[in-house]
Amino acid sequence: MQLVGSKSAQRLNDLAGGEGSVSLLPVEPEDMWHANNLISPEDVIKAHAVRKVTTQSATGSTQSERVHTDLTIRVKSTFFDTAASQLHVSGAVIVENSFVNVGQYHTLDLELNRQFTIWKQYGWDSVALEELQSAIKTDKEGAVAAVVMQEGIANICLITQYRTILKQRVEHTVPKKRSASSDQEKGMKAFYKKTLDSLTRNIEFGVPRPLLLASPGFVAGDFKKYISEEGTRSGDKKLMAMAKEATVVHSSSGHLHSLNEILKSPEVLATMKEMKFSKETRFMDEFFDRLRKDDGRAWYGTSTVTKAVQEGAVGIGGGVLLVNNSLFRSLDIATRKKYVELVDQVRAEGGDARILSSDHESGQRLDSLGGIAAILTYPIHDLDEDEEDTAQNNGDGEQETII
Amino acid sequence: MSRHQAYRNYDYENDLEEYDGGNYSDEEELSPEDEAQMKAATAEVSTALGNEAHKVSTAQIQQSLWHTYYDVDKTVAYLLNKFIAPPTTKPPKNKEAASNKKLASSTKKKGGSDEKTDQAADGVKALKINDTPLPKSKNLDVLSEFEKSKSKKSASFVVVGHVDAGKSTLMGRLLLDLNFVDQRTIERYRKEAESMGKSSFALAWVLDQRTEERSRGITIDIATNKFETATTSFTILDAPGHRDFIPNMIAGASQADFAILVVDAATGAFESGLKGQTREHALLIRSMGVSRVLVAVNKLDTVGWSQERFDEIEQQVSGFLSATGFQLTNVSFVPVSGLLGDNLVNRSQDPAASWFTGETLVKELENSEPMVRALDKPLRMTISEVFRSTQSPLTISGRIDAGSLQAGDALLIQPSGEKAYIKSLELDSEPVDWAVAGQNVVIHLSNIDPIHVRVGDIVCDPKSPIGCIDTFTVKVLAFDILMPGQVDVHRGRLHASGQIMEMPALLDKVKGTVVKKNPKIVKPASVARIRIKMGSKVPLEAGQRVVLRSNGETIAAGLLE
Repeated sequence: MQLVGSKSAQRLNDLAGGEGSVSLLPVEPEDMWHANNLISPEDVIKAHAVRKVTTQSATGSTQSERVHTDLTIRVKSTFFDTAASQLHVSGAVIVENSFVNVGQYHTLDLELNRQFTIWKQYGWDSVALEELQSAIKTDKEGAVAAVVMQEGIANICLITQYRTILKQRVEHTVPKKRSASSDQEKGMKAFYKKTLDSLTRNIEFGVPRPLLLASPGFVAGDFKKYISEEGTRSGDKKLMAMAKEATVVHSSSGHLHSLNEILKSPEVLATMKEMKFSKETRFMDEFFDRLRKDDGRAWYGTSTVTKAVQEGAVGIGGGVLLVNNSLFRSLDIATRKKYVELVDQVRAEGGDARILSSDHESGQRLDSLGGIAAILTYPIHDLDEDEEDTAQNNGDGEQETII
Repeated sequence: MSRHQAYRNYDYENDLEEYDGGNYSDEEELSPEDEAQMKAATAEVSTALGNEAHKVSTAQIQQSLWHTYYDVDKTVAYLLNKFIAPPTTKPPKNKEAASNKKLASSTKKKGGSDEKTDQAADGVKALKINDTPLPKSKNLDVLSEFEKSKSKKSASFVVVGHVDAGKSTLMGRLLLDLNFVDQRTIERYRKEAESMGKSSFALAWVLDQRTEERSRGITIDIATNKFETATTSFTILDAPGHRDFIPNMIAGASQADFAILVVDAATGAFESGLKGQTREHALLIRSMGVSRVLVAVNKLDTVGWSQERFDEIEQQVSGFLSATGFQLTNVSFVPVSGLLGDNLVNRSQDPAASWFTGETLVKELENSEPMVRALDKPLRMTISEVFRSTQSPLTISGRIDAGSLQAGDALLIQPSGEKAYIKSLELDSEPVDWAVAGQNVVIHLSNIDPIHVRVGDIVCDPKSPIGCIDTFTVKVLAFDILMPGQVDVHRGRLHASGQIMEMPALLDKVKGTVVKKNPKIVKPASVARIRIKMGSKVPLEAGQRVVLRSNGETIAAGLLE
């Protein structure tokens, strides 16, 4: 994403807390995802639009034409198509022009290489600013392609800095073992072929990019062998290079959520150490480790984490607040404000506040915990005591009914 | 435009009449062959009608024969319907119709008895509704057939244990000693194995059929094999020991009545096994509902049949089995050698092993009672294999979990919701007409596209189908710390990804009452009620056992509520 107009760095500082506008130019599909995070309901967006305008002549015949115009709308909702990386923003028009009236609804399809302007209704808070900053960062690292597979299932995905995109899921019935094992082999060959075809179709391998093949057992290894064999057979340099670049990693199953094991594996960490997600993955792992040990330093859920932050337990010296960005996309402004305050408070106390992408593997793990979690600086054991008490009471009540 | 309108007003009636006329004139000019055929058929029809024949004229017979293209059966039915006994009953449903049709034709072949003609009439009438040929059904009362046939009890057992404990070799030896595999095959395997530098794997090759399995020397998928003793016919389910293939092992354990837990007695190997898959497998078979376990203490020949070692292993294993929840009366220990065959079928000849006075492994197997079968429940069967056979492009196999089925039955495949018919059935590679719960059958299907049938799908009765759900509550015993997050859900062959959404309650282990609501985490060895959301709809119903795994570890197992 590029910032359009005046001197960017200075502008950003001016924005803080204010209601200023920013013009942005998305240049790659990933930018659409950033735009989706940036745009929240009630914001005002001005962008290029194509609108069908119907006019009625004096004689009553109607004529409709598509006009290109710039529209300004107040956002009601956004829809992000993850697979196609398209963002649709709908809302009511607030600036009239010759084609539309105020109050008419329009859905803007934000396009690559066309700029749009955004005004924040409630000003640029710290989270929004951080979002903006990460959006206009230009030093992007290449996305990593990964195939998580097991016999008969392959998930082809692309791991970028901010999200994991499931490009295609391949399913193929492989005959199980019978006395005729040739069938089984033929089935596996067909499965590999199908997977390789969809892999090359879905992911551009024109630019060299790392490829991870993960599976339990030998499936991934055999698939790598298959790619290189196919390359040699057909004399396809691209396939041969692909096989050479491919790293085989162990995973416990072929389902997409095994990705967290893959991202933890030393092979992956070595190549992608500095990417945002690897840090987040590390934080999530640490959190789960602590939760396992039940050492009183790992807590999840909005109410408990809020309490911990208020007590100042998430501060300097190892305090980490993990929040999913889906929480900030909340419709209710007050809720968003609440989470922003939490983030600000933790940062003020010297703790680390991380906003995880719910489109990423680590974010999905956090999502299952309610979207918010914290590693405390010091252990607190009775954070959920109040709740527990009530629960205990309820439990007693239930027991009585049983008896 | 105008031409279209001209067509719109076109008098089709006129055309039709002309056409009909032509048709009739054809009839009058029967060719000599036709005439001969007509004569023969008329005679046949009149015999088929028997003493009802006087009610129709020859002209009527011939006319209807012409319309049915000399099909005697159809003609007879038509005549019966039209002139002799116009039925008042409604046409039966397709499936029964199909079966009746076949019944009808078979009756006719036998010469046509009068009491069956009504049925024939019904059948052919229904035939007009649906003309696709469906597999025939004999409409047997499977349960009573089963009672009558009571020959041998059938049982299946799963062979589990740590990787390289010698499970496949043990079973290979068992089959060899019982003469279900001939010595020549073994010799051939031995030669091939030697050329690959793995001569000790020759016996395992009886079960490890895949080239991958042979070249790597490990079992990857469940192998099924059969053998019979004087009293029982057994199905072996040889499970892989490697941790990556636990899903396959779960699939095997879900089909088993009891289990053979193979432990490697060699120094160090037993200890590492107990930490590894020996433990996990034991947990899994327990949670799949298998309660009878035979512990085969294998490779005892490598430690000189030391009784001390055997006792030590027996003590440790029984300690941990009872901690897992097995009753020790259901656990027996046999010292064996898979490679040499001691104490499998025949007692060990080695004087060093004379201290063992118990039964051989096969005797112990025969003494084990298979589980009670749910014969009268609606049909449920998990598909464990899908393949192409000479009989049908789509053949499935698996163990019937509940209910019964017979050739010609309609089946529903879940989750695809597609209907299929049983073309034919095989039991122990013998064609049969029916099968009941507990048996491992091979079913040749018809009238279904192979893309609707996958391994792990459930075959059920279309009248009482299993539902497909994506969210369910399950009461689990935790083996590891449970917290909300993603898990793999296993039920037999079914292997799908899901998510622990919430954990509403921690339960009392004995009473089942709520101890704590909404626990943050569930500690190992405690019982909890959790809600799981699946990534897609899967066929599951209350009372089924599921296993939850995460990151390659079994974290919980329990019953659907």
